[in-house]
Amino acid sequence: MRIKRTNTSKNKTKNHLKVDLKLIDPIISKYKNKKGNLIPILQGVQTTYGFIPHEAFIKLSDEIGLKLNDLYGVATFYAQFRLHPGGKHIIKVCHGTACHVQNSDGITDALKEELKINDGETTKDNLFTLESVACLGCCSLAPVMMIDGETYGKLDNAKAVKIIREIKKTEFRV
Amino acid sequence: MENIKVIVGLGSCGIATGANKVYNLIKDIKQRDKLNIDLGKTSCVGMCYNEPLVEIFDKTGYYLYGNIDETTVNDIIENHIKNNNPVNDYLISYKLISDNNKIKFFKEEDKTFSLSQHKIVLRNCGYINPESIADYESRQGYQSIKKIAHEKISSASVVKTIMDSGLRGRGGGGFPTGLKWKFAANKKSDEKYIICNADEGDPGAFMDRSVLEGDPHSVIEGMIIGAYAIEATHGVIYCRAEYPLAIKRLNIALTQARKKAYLGKNIISIKGFNFDIIVKEGAGAFVCGEETALIASVEGKRGMPRKRPPFPAEAGLWNKPTNINNVETFANVPWIILNGSEEFTKFGTEKSKGTKVFALAGKVKHSGLVEVPMGITLRDIIFKIGGGIKDGKKFKAVQLGGPSGGCIPEHLLDTIVDYDSINSTGAIMGSGGMIVMDETTCMVDLARFFLDFVQKESCGKCTFCRIGTKRMLEILTRITQGEGEEGDIEKLEELSYQIKDNSLCGLGQTAPNPVLTTIKYFRDEYEAHIKKKRCPAKSCKKLITYEVDPEKCTGCTVCAINCPVDAISGERKKPHLIDQNNCIKCGVCYSKCKFNAIKLY
Repeated sequence: MRIKRTNTSKNKTKNHLKVDLKLIDPIISKYKNKKGNLIPILQGVQTTYGFIPHEAFIKLSDEIGLKLNDLYGVATFYAQFRLHPGGKHIIKVCHGTACHVQNSDGITDALKEELKINDGETTKDNLFTLESVACLGCCSLAPVMMIDGETYGKLDNAKAVKIIREIKKTEFRV
Repeated sequence: MENIKVIVGLGSCGIATGANKVYNLIKDIKQRDKLNIDLGKTSCVGMCYNEPLVEIFDKTGYYLYGNIDETTVNDIIENHIKNNNPVNDYLISYKLISDNNKIKFFKEEDKTFSLSQHKIVLRNCGYINPESIADYESRQGYQSIKKIAHEKISSASVVKTIMDSGLRGRGGGGFPTGLKWKFAANKKSDEKYIICNADEGDPGAFMDRSVLEGDPHSVIEGMIIGAYAIEATHGVIYCRAEYPLAIKRLNIALTQARKKAYLGKNIISIKGFNFDIIVKEGAGAFVCGEETALIASVEGKRGMPRKRPPFPAEAGLWNKPTNINNVETFANVPWIILNGSEEFTKFGTEKSKGTKVFALAGKVKHSGLVEVPMGITLRDIIFKIGGGIKDGKKFKAVQLGGPSGGCIPEHLLDTIVDYDSINSTGAIMGSGGMIVMDETTCMVDLARFFLDFVQKESCGKCTFCRIGTKRMLEILTRITQGEGEEGDIEKLEELSYQIKDNSLCGLGQTAPNPVLTTIKYFRDEYEAHIKKKRCPAKSCKKLITYEVDPEKCTGCTVCAINCPVDAISGERKKPHLIDQNNCIKCGVCYSKCKFNAIKLY
């Protein structure tokens, strides 16, 4: 059932980063008093911060007049919303049917091994978050993964690991 | 002389294989060498297995190149563009003006792939620049809505034409579209909504994405005609956020359509016909493909289905009469209006008219997007168009309809594509995902995979769907891990029927289908897992063993070097040994060994 992510809020205190709440004022004024506005607002907030901070929920509730439980209810229902900051690069390994029958589990395992994290976690250096997604819609190139919006197809374990290492290289060069 | 036209296929799949790089490279070379070429973009033509694709139009005719990368692109520019010498090595097909534009193929398989199809929905995909309304108009785009205006066709007769055409909902349910429109048209209201369901959440399906990316105007025109027919005032396209390119192109298309007054007030001078469309981005929930959940999501709520009646046609979005159709359904509409319902009924079977688009993927040689007339057999799609199974393996089953569908085994491959024939196998037509599986796919694991999906995607409202799918998943996981028990199959069947009977929406009602069809056709695989603790497909990790055949092992050490957990030991030039306690069954040794010395059983 779609409730998983509510249980994982252990490091709430860690998230009290400097969140500049002014950044979302334009979103609020754009959507305030429009019906059906909740999802676009949350999407806007997430685009701003990369996740939806608790402080932003409170501000939204105060200024738009929606109940906090409704806000959280929607945010935890949809897979897109993130309540905790993710890594700099988000790796989405596709686990659609076509990818599954062509061993996407192996890709996830290889990346877990390479990054030393579990599915859904972020590396200690905050560089990578590893996620599994249902389908990226590039089934003819299965297995597929998407990193920062770019799709990589026809993968095998070694190829996937190589792509991650390339990104690491460019990160450390900077 | 007219410029040579060079067009690169930039759909999501093409981009993933590097089409953007190819495009940019051509652009750079064009500037550097001051080439007189027109560089353009198009979208997916469906031949995904040959991506990236480049088309060239020159004074002699049309040429289609496939599998282009940065080196081959240089070759093509040097020989073809600069010296008028087409490079046969990379050519898929060509049409020469001197040969009356007859299409010729280099390979038989590409010929069968292309010529066995019939394109209505995908009529423009890959032929136009999806970001150009002029391109769409040049291929009879917006002619249907103009026809309605000029010939003063009444909204009732538009509904009748769609009813006569026999068009059925392409989202999977197969409800007659004309009838749906009639219900919505009959309901009087000052405000009415028409929604395009573009929340293509089926894992393994990408038809709607390709249509939206390749020909967004056809969907918009379909919606405008629908709006005219049911007198809708507002339109919403509910599109998955996972399809950023589709959303971008839809928004471009909507702006263009507004500028040309195809949207807005008194559209094409039809008095009082006011209609506009907005795009709503989904936020990632499979259940939102169900119409009442979709409506809740557009309203900004959790996407949970509700009881019907009232049906959306009576009380839908914001409690107003609402009509929801899928992307492919809308893309059919302009063609039907323009060519007439009779022309449409020439394709298909008695109860399923027209064509169907399938996303052919999995262990098939030619994966891609195919549009075939209803009535074709599954065998023809997989073995003729798809070219058969990859890597010389044996066909095992084809999965239709995603998590709501089922697996069809080899002896039923002559089933025809038609809503009722496919339903009779226990699968469903679905939205068009068609995943081909070979002998290495474990059917129990596949059932577990789908149950895992629906279990996560269940909204949690109905007990049977919420808890029942979880219990089924637990049983299936146990079986695939070698802990299956006598009676598990019967338990799965019982749970399946209860979930089907007691769930509110389509998600729960169809969730057990993958399990039921695999039990029906592959019961022996379940039994092998439970009784013999073996996986016949050699895929379930807990049930397989890798061993070195000392007779064949040459002691080359390749396996030992590549083993990620150092479970293989042995001296150079002597047979190696796998430590079964450490082996994680990753299969690296099996794929690396050049001497077939690793046994898998």
